[in-house]
Amino acid sequence: MMDGEISEIGISKVTAPPILIGLGFLIFWEVAVRLFDVPPYVLPGPLLILATLWTDTGLLMGSLWITLKITLAALLAAALGGAGLAFVMSRAPWLERSLLPYAIVAQVTPIVAIAPLIIIWIDNDFAALVVCAWIVAFFPVLANTMAGLKSADRHLHDLFRLYWASRMQTQTLLEAPTALPYFLAGLRISGGLALIGAVVAEFVAGSGGAATGLAYRILEAGYRLQIPSLFAALVLLSLAGIAIYALLSWFSRWALRRCYGGED
Amino acid sequence: MTENRPALIDAIGLGRMFNDGTKALDRVTLNIPTGSFTSIVGPSGCGKSTLLRMLAGLDIPTAGALDWPDGRPAEGETGFVFQEATLLPWANVWDNIYLPLRLAGRSREAVTDDVEAAIRLVGLDGFEQSYPRQLSGGMKMRTSVARALVTKPRMLLMDEPFAALDEITRLRLNDDLLRIFDVQQCTIIFVTHSVFEAVYLSQRVVVMSRRPGRVVAGHTIDLPWPRLPALRTSAEFGKICRAVSDDLEKYGS
Repeated sequence: MMDGEISEIGISKVTAPPILIGLGFLIFWEVAVRLFDVPPYVLPGPLLILATLWTDTGLLMGSLWITLKITLAALLAAALGGAGLAFVMSRAPWLERSLLPYAIVAQVTPIVAIAPLIIIWIDNDFAALVVCAWIVAFFPVLANTMAGLKSADRHLHDLFRLYWASRMQTQTLLEAPTALPYFLAGLRISGGLALIGAVVAEFVAGSGGAATGLAYRILEAGYRLQIPSLFAALVLLSLAGIAIYALLSWFSRWALRRCYGGED
Repeated sequence: MTENRPALIDAIGLGRMFNDGTKALDRVTLNIPTGSFTSIVGPSGCGKSTLLRMLAGLDIPTAGALDWPDGRPAEGETGFVFQEATLLPWANVWDNIYLPLRLAGRSREAVTDDVEAAIRLVGLDGFEQSYPRQLSGGMKMRTSVARALVTKPRMLLMDEPFAALDEITRLRLNDDLLRIFDVQQCTIIFVTHSVFEAVYLSQRVVVMSRRPGRVVAGHTIDLPWPRLPALRTSAEFGKICRAVSDDLEKYGS
């Protein structure tokens, strides 16, 4: 779970192959585009995308910030809502039986299908987009936390019974800490889903909304055949996704290390 | 040395039938004198653990009666040590030992002396801040024993606590347990599958048959007290172990 620090040699061994493959691919791409004279409105080369990224920085960064705000708000809501709902459901089997089906309904209904409704129902654009992204993102946290809450050691449960622990004590001192690694694993999945949800919702909201997130930049660039701008927005989205995942991985390692004692 | 004491537990005809129809225990009659050290030996799956769980109130007999002449132990008056150390992996040694008192609503400050006394009793001084994953198997088990003792229980139930440890650690913990038994003045019921361990530790050894478990023999161990390591190689010790083993073989297989 906590593999400690990787030595410098280890890092280069671990990270060199993917970096080399990535670089090789980019070089091949650039060379191919130049060699076959592919027009930029069909496929721009990596250097042109980089240049566009540079010239459009102001616009793109503003959009990135909007998309990130939606994603982070949805992720926060997913973490609180998913864990909170799991906690409530674990209070009693009848609560789980009553609520879980609806959580599953929300999960399996394609978000593109319900996003237009949500955008109509909720006046505030930002709130509407956050709700869409939240619906996509909360289920992994919910499902994982529920599994975690149920996975406490049987003998520890006996121990708590032996000392006449209340249901609340058992939940907070035994089940919740047991569920923490599960919750964090769910959160890592939800991070990516929140971004996907935010982008999908922005697409659906389209020009109808005042939101000018990265998804809207992609739509706009597509309409105007500004393919280098489209790619630049795409690159930023990917980077944002990677950054969210890396940040959540780091956070979960930090949290687990704090809870289970430092390195030894 | 235990015959004249009043009974802590008087079990008459205890039975336990599981929902699937398996009979774990059958007509177990057992008398545990207050302040005694009793071991229960028997083949695997004979219901020793089920019996112990019943005494702890974690399982309910489906037949017979469990009588407590001095009253059933109240909250915190029963300590239980499982086969695994069964610690909270996210809590350090101090917090693990504090757990029973915490569950009783006692504040950290109010019980500092009790927790530290329990830590000293099992020889874990200096490891208060260590987490379970940083401890050896023996130290984890010491933590588990300290946790069971921290409430100063009247009755300490131990379910094959040292079975998973290496021989040297086990012998050392056996001697430490006897020392603790002298200091704490509680009643210990110790389940084990090792005849040597049972005879060395106990004043009385109860032999159970294979499933459905019944008490088939009882041996009063008249060996000098306190028990000293040299005893393990004495002829007298060997003779008693032989007798217990014979019973175990006769009824156990």
